[in-house]
Amino acid sequence: MSRKVLFTLRHAPYGSAIAREALDALLATAVFGQDISVLFMDDGVFQLLPEQAPGGLPQKTLSSSLSALPLYDVEKLYVHAPSLEARGLTRDELALDGLVSLSSEDVATLFSEQDHLLSF
Amino acid sequence: MSTLHTVNKSPFAQQTLTSCINICRAGDALLLIEDGVYGALPSAPTAQALKALVNDRKVHLFALEPDLQARGLNDRISDWVKVVDYSGFVQLSTEHKTVQSWY
Repeated sequence: MSRKVLFTLRHAPYGSAIAREALDALLATAVFGQDISVLFMDDGVFQLLPEQAPGGLPQKTLSSSLSALPLYDVEKLYVHAPSLEARGLTRDELALDGLVSLSSEDVATLFSEQDHLLSF
Repeated sequence: MSTLHTVNKSPFAQQTLTSCINICRAGDALLLIEDGVYGALPSAPTAQALKALVNDRKVHLFALEPDLQARGLNDRISDWVKVVDYSGFVQLSTEHKTVQSWY
């Protein structure tokens, strides 16, 4: 049975393994055919910056991995607009297409519609 | 359907509690755990926002007693914060459809 699962990503990439682990969990959940939504908020919006080049770090480029999400049928992609604004970013400059902007009230509604909330 | 929110970071050091406050809605519960219990102090930068959350936005606010006790905070918290023990934590998690962990 397909269940509604929301992944909320609130941490910046590279400083810790959290963002990478979130992606692993996302793809694993997608393979099991669950109804997945992904929300980027707080410092999690920094995962969406283009031109990430962690060449000097022993890590893969997160933003290019994220752009593979639609191939796994993960297509409900959201970004918390106040988090973008607080960081001087706009949706148009982000590395991921198809992101829907949400207000805080919209996020509360999104939470209320889910069967499971996973936080990374 | 309602959500139980848990917060485990001090509002004196991080924005985690503020992020949670902005997303809570009527009928939700907010439980302060670990270093999150410093948010129960009247001197916390989030104190007025939490009070409004309880009084105006009808969110239920709790702090975990063993974490308060460990930090010597039992007698210092605001009177609009309710205290729960571990079984209260379990009870809260059964009363809400989902749990959102803010960390």
